[in-house]
Amino acid sequence: MDDFVSIDNLTPLKEIIAKHKGAPGCAMPILQEAQEVYGYLPIELQKTIAEELGVSLSEIFGIVTFYTQFTLVRKGKYRVGICLGTACYVRGAQNIVDRFCRELNVEVGGTTPDMKFTVDATRCLGACGLAPVMMINEDVYGALTPDMAPDIIAKY
Amino acid sequence: MKKTFEELQQIGKNKLDRIGLRIGLEAKTESQKQIMVCGGTGCHSSSSHILIDNLKKELKAKGLENKVDVIQTGCFGLCQKGPIVIIYPEGTFYAHVMPDDFKDIVEQHVMGGKIVDRLVLDEIKDNPNDGLNQLEFYKKQNRNALYNCGLVDPEEIDEYLALDGYKALHKVLTEMSQDDVCNEILNSGLRGRGGAGFPTGRKWMFAKAAQADKKYVLCNADEGDPGAFMDRSVLEGDPHVIIEAMAIAAYAIGADEGYVYVRAEYPIAVKRLVLAIQQAEDYGLLGDNIMGTGFNFKLNVRLGAGAFVCGEETALLNSVEGKRGEPRPRPPFPANAGAFGKPTVLNNVETYANIPKIIREGAEWFAKIGTEDTSGTKVFAVGGKIVNTGLVEVPMGITLREIIFEIGGGIPNNKKFKAAQTGGPSGGCIPEQNLDTPIDFGSLASVGSMMGSGGLIVLDEDNCMVDVARFFMDFIVDESCGKCSPCRIGTKRMLEILEKICDGKGEEGDIEKLEELASAIKSASLCALGQTAANPVLSTIRYFRDEYEAHIKEQRCPAGVCKNLMQYKIDKEKCTGCSLCARKCPVDAIVGEVRSPFEIDQKECIKCGQCELVCKFDAISRA
Repeated sequence: MDDFVSIDNLTPLKEIIAKHKGAPGCAMPILQEAQEVYGYLPIELQKTIAEELGVSLSEIFGIVTFYTQFTLVRKGKYRVGICLGTACYVRGAQNIVDRFCRELNVEVGGTTPDMKFTVDATRCLGACGLAPVMMINEDVYGALTPDMAPDIIAKY
Repeated sequence: MKKTFEELQQIGKNKLDRIGLRIGLEAKTESQKQIMVCGGTGCHSSSSHILIDNLKKELKAKGLENKVDVIQTGCFGLCQKGPIVIIYPEGTFYAHVMPDDFKDIVEQHVMGGKIVDRLVLDEIKDNPNDGLNQLEFYKKQNRNALYNCGLVDPEEIDEYLALDGYKALHKVLTEMSQDDVCNEILNSGLRGRGGAGFPTGRKWMFAKAAQADKKYVLCNADEGDPGAFMDRSVLEGDPHVIIEAMAIAAYAIGADEGYVYVRAEYPIAVKRLVLAIQQAEDYGLLGDNIMGTGFNFKLNVRLGAGAFVCGEETALLNSVEGKRGEPRPRPPFPANAGAFGKPTVLNNVETYANIPKIIREGAEWFAKIGTEDTSGTKVFAVGGKIVNTGLVEVPMGITLREIIFEIGGGIPNNKKFKAAQTGGPSGGCIPEQNLDTPIDFGSLASVGSMMGSGGLIVLDEDNCMVDVARFFMDFIVDESCGKCSPCRIGTKRMLEILEKICDGKGEEGDIEKLEELASAIKSASLCALGQTAANPVLSTIRYFRDEYEAHIKEQRCPAGVCKNLMQYKIDKEKCTGCSLCARKCPVDAIVGEVRSPFEIDQKECIKCGQCELVCKFDAISRA
């Protein structure tokens, strides 16, 4: 379905760890690159990272759960991120979030059963000139109204 | 290949021969025109990169590729009208330029010498050239930190060199002592642009005075304040200015290594910054023995991972060290024990963007701009209910009214101004009666808000102030790191009360309870996130208490926003029975016969507002 490496294959993870190990503050870059490769950071991967770095699992788990970028569960192939920054909010972004959730029948943060879409309310994307704005993976959509949702979803 | 200063000067001069016509110089090469296309995030989202490819292909097809340069540049600030294109030497300002417009630009403008009228904004129809000086949006601006944004190709170090780039670094390394540099910055009056407004020169002096075997220079580019995007624009439009400024700071305090901590949500900024660092390393402007002076400086990039609190300096330090981004108690201050326990200077992107010019032009030049309290200029990201959404850089001392109504063009759709929100989740709302206050750090604090990083969101009569306060508190609850209980628990309790009020279940005494909690959280929280968390609530209570009371006492939301307290209604007189709203309604809550007035079934209605948006007869209103 997507291009992520299976978590049974630890070779890429070990390469990432080897690349950064020893550098000051290396845990964050390792976790970021691992998530790029595997799509998420389940406990199995965290265990390997902790062992290789010689730190406790709780320390790694503490970092993973602190930052919103890191996820313990797999996300959908298309990540719908609707901006809920102030500029978008005052221009009606909440209605956009509601409509996407309704169309895809998921809660905010949820993933459709076919693993195709995950809907998130994101922090400011910094494209306030186009408010309300959203992203689906790398594609940006601006000046949204709720009824644009079905057409946008249909593109994927 | 490492270069000497003389070689760098020559590279800059050669480049200036080609690009000088952008700043009114004569072209000394075969290039006769420079087409500047905005490549900032806003315009990029509207496919400006495709426009660039199209223009280049078309120019090549016409054999003009050596005579006309197409440059991807940084943000012009007028994001609302993007994608923006400026053509030099005439300075023609084109707005809303789409990828398909390449043909007209090449054939009609470049080859035919005729303005493409439909791409010119109405305001400058009579005089489309020199748009940057003709448009009201730019007339009161003073672009210092953003000077190169829109003027250079951020992916090309030679262009930065052409416009005096890295001259300030050479000057401090060869002519100034460490104390000279700190004093120059102190005398300029530059205060930290990230929000706290601490004098930058003083910060550098503390770090310089600290004794240690290793020191660090950090740049805070974790721009988490929703609605602020000036730091992103500087990194996207002029990354070398940050590298140069950080090297200057490193020299001043005696550091040899630095980190830029930048939001992962800013992919274009990260890409250009990484590229700029590589280019600077290639020319020997970063690394060992910079420009043969014996000064060493290594610069690294660290990506954030989505945590607002990491914009707080001690939390950022923890995050750079690869830990949970929780704040640390101060003292010790970062100047004595910062990154990895070593003395550290940490400044915001916009603060750094001012440094090289202060060194080149002198402290007096900068100190002359602005007010007694705050010298220089400040960039504001203006958004929300305003005609010209975008980035503006203005001298301190200007009024909010000038920014909103002159530069910003006022409120769209003839709506009435209600408040300006500055400082994001740590700031407050400023009502109409304070719009004429000259802006600086001190004056904004005195009216119950703060400068913050420069986010400025305009609210109109359709925005509910209780809902806005709830929105910010929701944000804070989500972003509170949880380390200290006043912030973790207190903000949650405040949010619950605000949600209750928005649901129409508010009680007498709720306002007082909010005020009491606010004062406890303010005095007992560990870091600035908690200490300022209640500001949006306190300032809305201060200026819009009547709205709170309407929710609590009359179960009424005057702006018609809070969903439990409002209904959409169709005016039978105005409804023509066109059925558009019924067709657009996602839950089929609107019923009726075509050509006779429709009705909304309130039990089915989810209050999404789509019907109001699509009605062409103004027949649907909120009550």
